[in-house]
Amino acid sequence: MMTNPTGRLTQGQFSFLPDLTDAEITLQIEYGLRKAYAWSVEYTDDPHPRNTYWDMFGNPMFDLHDAAGVMQELKACRAAFPNHYIRMMAFDSTRGVETIAMSFIVNRPKNEPGFMLERQEVNGRSLRYSTRGYAANHPEGERYKG
Amino acid sequence: MSDTDSQITDAKKRYSAGVLKYKQMGYWMPDYVPKDTDTLCLFRITPQDGVDPEEAAAAVAGESSTATWTVVWTDRLTACDSYRAKAYKVIPVPNNPGQYFAYVAYDLILFEEGSIANMTASLIGNVFSFKPLKAARLEDIRIPVAYVKTFKGPPTGLIVERERLDKFGRPLLGATTKPKLGLSGRNYGRVVYEGLKGGLDFMKDDENINSQPFMHWRDRFLFVMDAVNKASAVTGEVKGSYLNVTGATMEDMYERAEFAKDLGSVIIMVDLVIGYTAIQSMANWCRKNDMIMHMHRAGHGTYTRQKNHGVSFRVIAKWLRLAGCDHLHTGTAVGKLEGDPLTVQGYYNVCRDSYTKTDLPRGLFFDQDWADLKKVMPVASGGIHAGQMHQLIDLFGDDVVLQFGGGTIGHPMGIQAGAVANRVALESIVKARNEGRNILEEGPTILKQAAQSCTPLKAALDTWGEISFNYQSTDSSDYTATPATA
Repeated sequence: MMTNPTGRLTQGQFSFLPDLTDAEITLQIEYGLRKAYAWSVEYTDDPHPRNTYWDMFGNPMFDLHDAAGVMQELKACRAAFPNHYIRMMAFDSTRGVETIAMSFIVNRPKNEPGFMLERQEVNGRSLRYSTRGYAANHPEGERYKG
Repeated sequence: MSDTDSQITDAKKRYSAGVLKYKQMGYWMPDYVPKDTDTLCLFRITPQDGVDPEEAAAAVAGESSTATWTVVWTDRLTACDSYRAKAYKVIPVPNNPGQYFAYVAYDLILFEEGSIANMTASLIGNVFSFKPLKAARLEDIRIPVAYVKTFKGPPTGLIVERERLDKFGRPLLGATTKPKLGLSGRNYGRVVYEGLKGGLDFMKDDENINSQPFMHWRDRFLFVMDAVNKASAVTGEVKGSYLNVTGATMEDMYERAEFAKDLGSVIIMVDLVIGYTAIQSMANWCRKNDMIMHMHRAGHGTYTRQKNHGVSFRVIAKWLRLAGCDHLHTGTAVGKLEGDPLTVQGYYNVCRDSYTKTDLPRGLFFDQDWADLKKVMPVASGGIHAGQMHQLIDLFGDDVVLQFGGGTIGHPMGIQAGAVANRVALESIVKARNEGRNILEEGPTILKQAAQSCTPLKAALDTWGEISFNYQSTDSSDYTATPATA
């Protein structure tokens, strides 16, 4: 288990709060839809802080304006990847923004072993740092079994 | 206006040796229609007793462009009509007898492309010491698109900053490492580690931390980056600490910035007192080295705070967005430092807008097209605490760094707990706002509910819940209906 105060990975908008219920996730999706964002579901078993590209569970849903439909995609993703990290991502295509407007985790593996910080001594007192997920020692798809 | 005051059009008379009024020299042109390529300035002027306001406005135009105190025939070697700035409107400031708003237009040719130093040398050069004025203040500026496009602007910009940090849909959280002075590098890094592990995104060097006897800058950088990397590993989040590279010379600053980069820092910091040329040089360095540049506005209060004399911070913010910084301290409205809420919101708009609209209650006198220039992330820092989270998010939205220094490090249960309290308060208010709740009204209830399952937040609210800084602001709009208290 990770030793930070939450005991878990703290990426995303709401990791310090109790897990959002499906009803609460729906409210967040509705907020994004009111702002004309496109929702996307992404999953990974490599939550390294610099791993930008989680896998897309289908393309962003540009033409889906109904929170129930978005929730259906999330449920399908959870069924396919029950022990992966899953996050909801909202895309804003406004000129001058054109990036992610919301991002929060909605599914986690039961155990979150966290990351090893490796230090390599170089150039006098300087160190080179490298962060490595403990689970990353296993191949893709076999990282968070049980 | 008497005839003797008006512009002399007969060239022989106009250029005969001697002293003329500025109006006679052609610096007052009430019929002038500003061009889209002109820079427009609004000065608040207080003429000496007996000085005609139009003549005073003409003098401002003259002294900030081509004029000297007497006629010179060498003007006639030039296309002097275009080099003369034109005062084109003067109106009394509402409810401030003796003060006038003077509008002055400057031709595009007057300022070197991409140089804030050159623009400011004209606009706030001699003119602010000019004897016929008791006081002068540059209130606002409209920079034409043609000139905006000569600047590169923020090295990173708030959009790309979020993508690099992988943090979206909420304000960023920070804290300044305290005490400001005296901590050794090792002790300093401890504060950084605790704050970041507890849930902050950033820690920050203070403005006057450079390389003093108690902590050499290399020691600070080494210990801080150990703390940053360790905190990143134990949370799984990208973390940063603004390493202040401010130094005595450019060579010192480049050396410090290079070391910060070698150690893997995502962000460096400079103080406003290094000056516009140094700021533009450091922005260039940041652009080349994928670095976010944090700007601490040290010193600005000496010329921005008093309404009758100096330069408004909204003008400074515009210059800094052009010169290029990614973070800029812009006030809290509710904290310990000067700032009327609407006026402060005006500064935020200047940092973040694609197109800033005229908005007199927020002190914005001109429309400003930013021509797709990158956006600056405003920073709210100074005497704010978790109990004000709903007010801060209501005032400033998501694109802001909220910095709770004392409100993190002074927490009764320790630094990590202080960070937890702030992060939980932040996430609770963002979640509630998105759910459609009225956070301004329900904020205290939302925070209390969140505190039921978060002891650190409960302790923060118990300690600081009632603290506020209600003083009348010295710098507020002349166009608000009622005097505002911050």
